[in-house]
Amino acid sequence: MIDKLRDDVMSVLDVVPSGASLAVGGFGSSGRPDTLLDALCDLGRRDLHLIVNNVGSDFTGVGRMLAEGRIRRLTASFPVLPEFYDEYFAGQVELELVPQGTLAERLRAGGAGIPAFYTPTSAGTMLSDGTFPLRYAGDGGTAECLPEREVRDFGGREHVLEYGIVADFGLVKAYQGDRKGNLRFHLSARNFNPVAGMSGRRVFAEIQELVEVDELQPDDVHLPGVFVDDVLLAAASPPKQPTIARSWT
Amino acid sequence: MTETVGSGTAAGLSRESIARRLAQDLRDGFVVNLGVGIPLLIPRFIVPGTEVILHAENGVLGLGPAPPPGQEDPDLTDAGKQPATLTSGAAIVDSAMSFAIVRGGHLDVTVLGALQVSQHGDLANWYVPGKNPAVGGAMDLVAGAREVWAVMEHVDRSGRPKLVERCTFPLTGRRVVTRVYTDLAVFHVADGELRLKECAPGVPPEEVRARTEARYVEDL
Repeated sequence: MIDKLRDDVMSVLDVVPSGASLAVGGFGSSGRPDTLLDALCDLGRRDLHLIVNNVGSDFTGVGRMLAEGRIRRLTASFPVLPEFYDEYFAGQVELELVPQGTLAERLRAGGAGIPAFYTPTSAGTMLSDGTFPLRYAGDGGTAECLPEREVRDFGGREHVLEYGIVADFGLVKAYQGDRKGNLRFHLSARNFNPVAGMSGRRVFAEIQELVEVDELQPDDVHLPGVFVDDVLLAAASPPKQPTIARSWT
Repeated sequence: MTETVGSGTAAGLSRESIARRLAQDLRDGFVVNLGVGIPLLIPRFIVPGTEVILHAENGVLGLGPAPPPGQEDPDLTDAGKQPATLTSGAAIVDSAMSFAIVRGGHLDVTVLGALQVSQHGDLANWYVPGKNPAVGGAMDLVAGAREVWAVMEHVDRSGRPKLVERCTFPLTGRRVVTRVYTDLAVFHVADGELRLKECAPGVPPEEVRARTEARYVEDL
């Protein structure tokens, strides 16, 4: 009998050690698993490698982790939070800056058993030529740059080699979930959640609403339970129906 | 929204007028991604009877305008993380699928602001050294969309040309821009060569020439 529903977030997340890598869903605060992120802060975890599209714009979620000095490396496309950059330029946190589509595909590939792939994205830019600072020395100098990408020509066009990301853990947030771990997302809160769930070797899902098994129709499952290990209830806020616009004027 | 004329001339187009001019070139059925800045002014100028599907990087096909106050849904935002709505027939996808649409050539046009565009169509628009680096989806969009239309003021705040021989800011992509819309003119890039196709009303070609560093062919 498969039952992945857990009731105590702290005891479930206790398996995450300091120093772990975490693939985290969300786009800004939309679809971000704050219940899980808060629990890791409350558990005192440090030295974490977060793979997440944004830090966000305030001190909740990933921003809280940053403010509490728990992040060693951020793999992201759009960090935003000014305090993050203060720490980055001071050499206190590493920034692996990755184009957003490359980040999504690296997470998907890692979860799909594809170790690396070629993409035209970032060819001929400082994100692939080995000149972008991954880590500052703290005195203003650069301690280490992102590695130079291998380049290969396909159809007369330069492509760069990007590696799939297999994270130690995946943290996702869904609208509905069942005890088998099947998940359904709501509107654009889906974003990076399915690929974060694919990338993580062990995946925690916080859900807004628990539904009975079979209530989620097989055709309506966005991320099947095969990717999900533990299901926890999030602080619930019922989703709204989308507004359908009639015109732009 | 300011109506100031970027190039400090009596003639050039306002930001709204640049957006209106570009909107005339969007064809019925186009799937389009709009960046921040002037591109976000474009939807209100889309020619009536022309159906354009707007794509947002966070997984929206069929993005609509901001909702009325009180109707905001934290689960529905645009790529700038602002509350959004959907248009009739919209679809939601995850981030990997969203960028499969971008990279796979399923996007007809991406419209982005620019710091600089070179005479070969190189684009710089993601990073000013010394400021906070963030790339988002810009490099994927310019690498994958069938057309890359840069929209910008012709010169920067201190009057320096933004259409340059060679970009001095870090590149977003090499030889990716296919059109440039400014307050003074419209250029196309064909075979790695910049061509002046149109001057804004009241702007003589000599004035465009005087405010452009890039080499280009007049093809009016």
